[in-house]
Amino acid sequence: MSWIDTAWEWAAVIIGILVVAGGIIAGLFRGRGGATKDLPAPPPTVPAEVEEELPPLQPTPTIERPEAPEGRLARLRARLARSNTAMGKGLLALLAGGRLDEETWEAVEDTLITADLGVDASTQVVERLRQRVAAAGKTDEATMRAWLREELVALVDPSLDRDLASSRIEDRPACILVVGVNGAGKTTTAGKLARVLVAEDKDVVLGAADTFRAAAADQLQTWGERVGVPTVRSDRDGADPAAVAFDAVKAARDLEADVVVIDTAGRLHTKVGLMDELGKVKRVVEKQQPIDEVLLVLDATTGQNGLRQAQVFTEVVGVTGIVLTKLDGTAKGGIVVAVQRDLGVPVKLVGLGEGPDDLAPFDAETFVDAILD
Amino acid sequence: MFTSLSDRLTATFRNLRTKGRLSESDVNKTVRDIRLALLEADVALPVVKDFTHRVRERALGAEVSGALNPAQQIVKIVNEELTQILGGQTRGIRFAKQPPTVIMLAGLQGSGKTTLAGKLAYLLKADGHTPLLVAADLQRPNAVTQLEVVGERAGVPVFAPERGNIAGHDAVLGSGEGTRSYGDPVSVSRAGIEFATSKQYDVVIVDTAGRLAIDTDLMAQAADIRAAINPDEVLFVIDAMIGQAAVETAQAFLEGVDFTGVVLGKLDGDARGGAALSVASVTGRPIMFASVGEGVKDLEVFHPDRMASRILDMGDVLTLIEQAERAFDRSQAAEMERKFLAAEDFTFDDFLQQMSAIKKMGNFKQILGMMPGMGQMRQQLESFDEREFDRVEAMVRSMTPFERTHPKQINGSRRARIAKGSGVSTSEVNQLLERFGEAQKMMKQLARGGVPGMPGIPGMGKRGRQPAPQRTKSKSGNPAKRAADAREAAQRAASKPAGGAGGAFGAGAGGGIPTDLDPSALPKGFEKFLGKS
Repeated sequence: MSWIDTAWEWAAVIIGILVVAGGIIAGLFRGRGGATKDLPAPPPTVPAEVEEELPPLQPTPTIERPEAPEGRLARLRARLARSNTAMGKGLLALLAGGRLDEETWEAVEDTLITADLGVDASTQVVERLRQRVAAAGKTDEATMRAWLREELVALVDPSLDRDLASSRIEDRPACILVVGVNGAGKTTTAGKLARVLVAEDKDVVLGAADTFRAAAADQLQTWGERVGVPTVRSDRDGADPAAVAFDAVKAARDLEADVVVIDTAGRLHTKVGLMDELGKVKRVVEKQQPIDEVLLVLDATTGQNGLRQAQVFTEVVGVTGIVLTKLDGTAKGGIVVAVQRDLGVPVKLVGLGEGPDDLAPFDAETFVDAILD
Repeated sequence: MFTSLSDRLTATFRNLRTKGRLSESDVNKTVRDIRLALLEADVALPVVKDFTHRVRERALGAEVSGALNPAQQIVKIVNEELTQILGGQTRGIRFAKQPPTVIMLAGLQGSGKTTLAGKLAYLLKADGHTPLLVAADLQRPNAVTQLEVVGERAGVPVFAPERGNIAGHDAVLGSGEGTRSYGDPVSVSRAGIEFATSKQYDVVIVDTAGRLAIDTDLMAQAADIRAAINPDEVLFVIDAMIGQAAVETAQAFLEGVDFTGVVLGKLDGDARGGAALSVASVTGRPIMFASVGEGVKDLEVFHPDRMASRILDMGDVLTLIEQAERAFDRSQAAEMERKFLAAEDFTFDDFLQQMSAIKKMGNFKQILGMMPGMGQMRQQLESFDEREFDRVEAMVRSMTPFERTHPKQINGSRRARIAKGSGVSTSEVNQLLERFGEAQKMMKQLARGGVPGMPGIPGMGKRGRQPAPQRTKSKSGNPAKRAADAREAAQRAASKPAGGAGGAFGAGAGGGIPTDLDPSALPKGFEKFLGKS
């Protein structure tokens, strides 16, 4: 009988939890509706603990000269191709095989799905290829390759504006906010982006608004120091990220910099509180000047959830561009196609490796060529 | 977690429910739906093919002639297949006969290894072990520092003889190809084991650097570490959000370090978590833990059978009970039971006690998410503010002991005082008291043999207000008749929420369960789908 007793005890406990849950949550939903309070706007003043690090007067002699961004993608193409060869070869082998029956088409669709393109986009490509084949009746390798390339390029849509807002706008610096989920590579991207901008002869200021992860600010500062870029940071963990961001923008304005890049802490898009915090960062910065560019960092291994991330981040801070990182793995990063299709947010940069200059401006045609070669 | 997948399957099955018999085209259509659902949930293609193939075979096979209605048949098949793919049995950590037990962590960059190290150490410590963390990630900027912070939060010592990459540079080789470490992780790991042996730590958790599947140098290094420390468990940490790359990544790590178990990271996002299915199915290694938050407590032991239930939105009461066991002590539970059975009034003191226990159990949203049928309320749950707990606690603590045991005596001036004392408005106190009154009633009603159903929660889906029948019905003057009424009402109350709980598939699915079906042969929690409680 003892197990019955135990079962009863725990049943009682569970019921208790339900009761408490009912008591608390229901009260919440009943009472909160009309009671929205108008909170006074957060004062734009900056907490005293945020310390500014102005640029060293005598830049350290070891400042590196990063590689110019033009042509980076071409250099990195080999690496991109390496990770994608299986896909390109597989597709062409299938299509050029001569027999285009139902099974082959399904295999082609499957190959595209395996690249995380998503079911819709994959079906679309296959449908259009089939129509072309049916219309022209040709299946030789060169034609197939050309068609496949065209369809893929159309999918990645080269017509989108992929320029970064990186020069002074009127008489204020451009402001770039870097956001994303945990572990996507935001800090690294912010650091590499600073290098890209320095290579374009811009005056850059970095803002370390990731005050949550241990030592994230140090990491960003090191990136900055290597190319002689000042980093605005808080001297302690857990400071208000909005205040740090505000300070960074202020410092950039005072220094008459061309662009300020703000790194934020990683947050899962499902955490309402953290997303609110991000919204606050944006609001507070916009008390001084608009944010010109919000870059969402997406890990190339991310699957269909990437679309959801892009949606939520767009709702909260209005994402204007995607940075696809870790594309040097086995990942194909097909999710960006879905993001572009659904949200119209273009991929602006790709991270192709761990080297400091492995962040390149995205180019649709080079990208597709690398896949197919 | 897994929400969207279960939503999709649920929608698929809803269409089936109306059918009396499964035709081949029905099966094909459902299988196609399942295929799409799984693909969009990022389950790897080969796994999807295999899965749908088996579901189709079984759905068309001999089983169909059996007893259940079509939706139930498919649910049962899918549930069983899911459980099987997810690894069947729950597996805990295998401890070495001769301590220390060595656990090595490996995975891609950014999958959450360092955070997991802390969580795992915390979990093991709570189970009475003395874990030691070894910082063998000498490559990522400041990984050692982060591990130390994590170790401090978990209250576990960290062995870190090398500072690793403190400069913050990304550790790239001169050639720009591959990465290097700032120090020798192999010797650090080896030294960590020796240190643990000499200081009598019984578990050593070695945190290694993140590495890409195609980075052969780093893979070789991981293999070297493995060879040097001869771990009892090698855990492969993988992001629940990963897409089709899961298969290749998992295979590369299987070849590289031959992991013995898998840990799913970031399962608290809304990723459909198809990676869980893929990795388990492709590598045949069990998923042992799931990481569900940023705090050190947010690690769950992964139960495949329960996870399958979760996918189908059948709730996860078993995990809930286990967490409750850890948070409530026996005497508290016994006291609760006594009060409950004696139909004694539930007081604010009990309320406070339970609230603190729930807090100990961890994230409130997660706890509620484990209840059956809660999938549909997830949206509302997400917007729930955990600090509401603190506000309620402040209100209760602002009451005198007398008020806590006699909530009915709290009049206007007392309410005003409580509001003042806890810094809320009087209307919030009113709401709390009102809710509390309803909760008390519910407790009493339950004690009479009802089935737990949440009290009225406006706008919260199907499990909305179920007024206590006793309240709405006028009572008969005849005692015997009144007793009969009460019994009938209790029965109604009992059957009603059961239908609601199974609401995913509707109470309507309950018709015609033949006698030759043995309910005990079905998976746990499955009874609900039979519409019987």
